Amino acid sequence: MLTTDILIEWLVKIGVVFFILMTAIAYVVLLERRLLGFIQMRLGPNRVGPFGLLQPLADGLKFLFKEDIVPLEADKALYVLAPMIALVPALMTISVIPFGDKIVILGREIALHITSVNVGLLVVFALTSLGVYGIALAGWSSNSKYSLMGGLRSSAQLISYELALSLSVVGVIIFSGSLDLVEVVKQQNSFWLGFIPKWNIFTQPIGFLIFLIAAIAETNRVPFDLPEAETELVAGFHTEYSSMKFAMFFIAEYANMVTASSMATLLFLGGWYGPFVDKFPLLGPIYFSLKILFFLFLYIWLRGTLPRFRYDQLMRFGWKFLIPVALANVVLVAGLALLIY
Amino acid sequence: MDAPIINYIPILIMFGLALAVATGMVLSSSLFGQHVPSRQKLMPYECGKDPVGSARERFSVKFYMIALLFILFDIEAIFFVPWAVVFRKLSQDYSKLFVFGEMLIFIAILLVGYIYVWRKGILDWNK
Repeated sequence: MLTTDILIEWLVKIGVVFFILMTAIAYVVLLERRLLGFIQMRLGPNRVGPFGLLQPLADGLKFLFKEDIVPLEADKALYVLAPMIALVPALMTISVIPFGDKIVILGREIALHITSVNVGLLVVFALTSLGVYGIALAGWSSNSKYSLMGGLRSSAQLISYELALSLSVVGVIIFSGSLDLVEVVKQQNSFWLGFIPKWNIFTQPIGFLIFLIAAIAETNRVPFDLPEAETELVAGFHTEYSSMKFAMFFIAEYANMVTASSMATLLFLGGWYGPFVDKFPLLGPIYFSLKILFFLFLYIWLRGTLPRFRYDQLMRFGWKFLIPVALANVVLVAGLALLIY
Repeated sequence: MDAPIINYIPILIMFGLALAVATGMVLSSSLFGQHVPSRQKLMPYECGKDPVGSARERFSVKFYMIALLFILFDIEAIFFVPWAVVFRKLSQDYSKLFVFGEMLIFIAILLVGYIYVWRKGILDWNK
């Protein structure tokens, strides 16, 4: 039943989560710039505010007042639509991601997720794969050769690695027996032998690695950042974009990073579970954020360390290595599940 | 577990919010930004030279092949999902070997297509 109470609860939760997501994205950008600075033996932006903490605000203002250029002969409607198509699904995925168990506020039991649907995992996959439209259309509509090449490469890369991505979660679904993300996490609650947490990473490490690699490729990050390979394609699919439209692609990329990190946490690292979380449910979101932060740090660390793949290497790795290994992993995990249960 | 259809409403609300934010961003940059267009500025970027020809040219057929393969294999990958959901329930209620064997047969059929594609050389990018 839809009552005013439920509606208000939804609106409050959406407001809070959306605000936290946008703030998190802004500060992940800052974190990335500072960490990359330290990796390269320099300081990174530290002038605006204490430790550079106001830098995202300054960047946002600058984006706002920059000139908005639409190149001649560009397909204007698609050119404007493309960043919106990239951004909207990237921001929407957060609505099915659970970040904690139930807590009690003012005598009211509140579940720490915006909503829980029984096909949550499929919703996330569906929304993240919509992002490829934004990139492909941006590349095509700009009427620039670099953009077109970046867009084409990117779409081929995204669809290639999506296969390995969806095969790698099959193992997790076998263990949980449900596509509901809350159920997936709850299945990882107890312990093996009394002290090893029942996280999926311990039962299917191969699946976890495949998921991680494919997720990095899906978010267009180093070493899979072929779509915007600066040295050959200028900036890839967003070469012609400026001001806020460029910022939208940027925000979408970081929102996708946050989504990929939280999916890795939910599926393989036990979501919000950690010590004492049963007694103090408020610790849940803290553990969840810490695990996400670990993955975001990994993203930045990889960017500071690894060189970029060549395109034929990327395709060969995706089709000839990841997919067969992911298939073998499905058989392996199914066999394991037969032994355990 | 039953999940009423009502639980999908927050996703719709989220869609509205995300769409509003995206539209707001597009509008704000055209409202606040300066506009001093010139012919050079509006040219597609080609390293400072005048662009040669149109960008809407022919491109490698490889991309098309990959798109076709994706549709085939993605549908096959999706078939794993319902099997995985009922795996534990079915192996307890029915027969373990049956559930496992069914999937092995399915993977075998999938592998036939995969090996065919590999032997045909579609997976070699620079052939």
